Amino acid sequence: MELVTPDIGLIFWMTLSFALLMAILKKFAWKPILQGLKDREESIKESLSSAEKARDEMAALKSDNEKLLDEARLERDEIIKEALATANSIKDEAKADSSKISGKMLEDAKTLINSEKQAALAEIKEQVASLSMEIAERLMRRNLSDDKSQRELVDQFIKDVNTN
Amino acid sequence: MQIFESIQSHLTRCILLTIFTFGMTISGSLSAADPGSTHEEKEELNVGELIFEHVLDAYDWHILTWKGHHVSVPLPIILYSAENGLEIFMSSKFEHGHVSYHGYKLEHGHILAEDGSSFYDLSITKTVAAIIISILILCWILIAAGNAYTRNKDQAPKGVQAIIEPLVIFIRDDIAKPSIGKDYYKYLPFLLTAFFFIWINNMMGLIPIFPGGANVTGNIAVTMVLALFTFVITTINTNKNYWTHIFNAPGVPWWLKFPIPLLPVIEIFGVFSKPFVLMLRLFANITAGHMIILVFVSMIFIFGNMNIWAGYGTSVVSVLFSTAMLMLELLVAFLQAYVFTLLSAIYFGMAKVEDHH
Repeated sequence: MELVTPDIGLIFWMTLSFALLMAILKKFAWKPILQGLKDREESIKESLSSAEKARDEMAALKSDNEKLLDEARLERDEIIKEALATANSIKDEAKADSSKISGKMLEDAKTLINSEKQAALAEIKEQVASLSMEIAERLMRRNLSDDKSQRELVDQFIKDVNTN
Repeated sequence: MQIFESIQSHLTRCILLTIFTFGMTISGSLSAADPGSTHEEKEELNVGELIFEHVLDAYDWHILTWKGHHVSVPLPIILYSAENGLEIFMSSKFEHGHVSYHGYKLEHGHILAEDGSSFYDLSITKTVAAIIISILILCWILIAAGNAYTRNKDQAPKGVQAIIEPLVIFIRDDIAKPSIGKDYYKYLPFLLTAFFFIWINNMMGLIPIFPGGANVTGNIAVTMVLALFTFVITTINTNKNYWTHIFNAPGVPWWLKFPIPLLPVIEIFGVFSKPFVLMLRLFANITAGHMIILVFVSMIFIFGNMNIWAGYGTSVVSVLFSTAMLMLELLVAFLQAYVFTLLSAIYFGMAKVEDHH
């Protein structure tokens, strides 16, 4: 039957043209297409993996930063604490020192005053003694007959002392 | 594989229950049934002849017959015989079989030497011309797609590239890779070419007018060559295991191989039956599709001959079903290309099966 009898001429042309088509397409179509697909798939894969890597790196960096920040914060706190402690101790010391100094100054002032007072008192005593001696001498030298002249004498004497 | 065969038989059953037509082809094709006919003879409708005229190869590409005149594309005829040498002329020289030319005549679509001598016929027939047209279209589309890959490298596909790419990926990832295994890459050019060639020719066969309409993939010579390509590629890429399994299958009782080598005979039969089935499946599916359409188109005219109103009535139904049929045929066109490619890939994979005993 003609329908199922292959024709020699058709077999010849079909073989030739199909082989030719395959050769042409292999060189100009399948090769660039398959290569292009492969390249694109690889580049996508590569970009995805590099994006992943970048993300991981970012995360690592972030956690590093966090850690650094935490450390810095801790350090800052410590420094502040230390500074406060130092400041307090300095203040306390200063307070203690100043009170000590002022106490000492007060003490010094007191002793000085005391000694000055003693010296003044001694001087007064001496002067009183010498004045009394002088008064007594003058009284004795003058004739003191009445109270009035005595009084005058004392006044004059005191005036003398004052002028001194 | 069985799934597709069952789908196919189901489709055929559906088709048989349906009336199809394609209105465009009716007038031209039917009046072409007998070129020399008078008006009265035209009324006699030979459906069988009509159908075979459409399904078989021809020396010219008939488009339509207008008021008794054939409008067809003449094709070159190439003949060689030892006595007459090489003869190349256009098929129009035969004037549709009315005159002989250089000692050759055209009778019932066959070229015969008037003196009865034998010769080689390498004519560019309708099928060859259709193959050439489809090859040009394929080259144009696929090379354009190929160039797009070098032009915009690593970019998202666009245009024709975006149409071709999913199919290429489909054949690579869903046919070649799972069926063949690790060195699938070297089989890809054949698989891709076969797929696109079969598909485009199936599709062109559905177009009723000139650049289409030729029954390329429904021609046994065409499917035979395709199957032979698969067979040759399978055979030259076999490994030792493949032949061991054929001639001395391991794990099989000795009495199946000696004294009567039952299993080797069956296996050798299998080697040839695989491409044979490949050839027949594509041929039968596409030819059957074309024939069934034509049978039901002819129904309009069979009814029309009985009663003109019956013909009109049938045509309404036929046109409605033709739409459904063409959709079905679109599916079949893809399916058969897919099945051929898949089975070829499976045979390639079987030829290099690893020893797992």
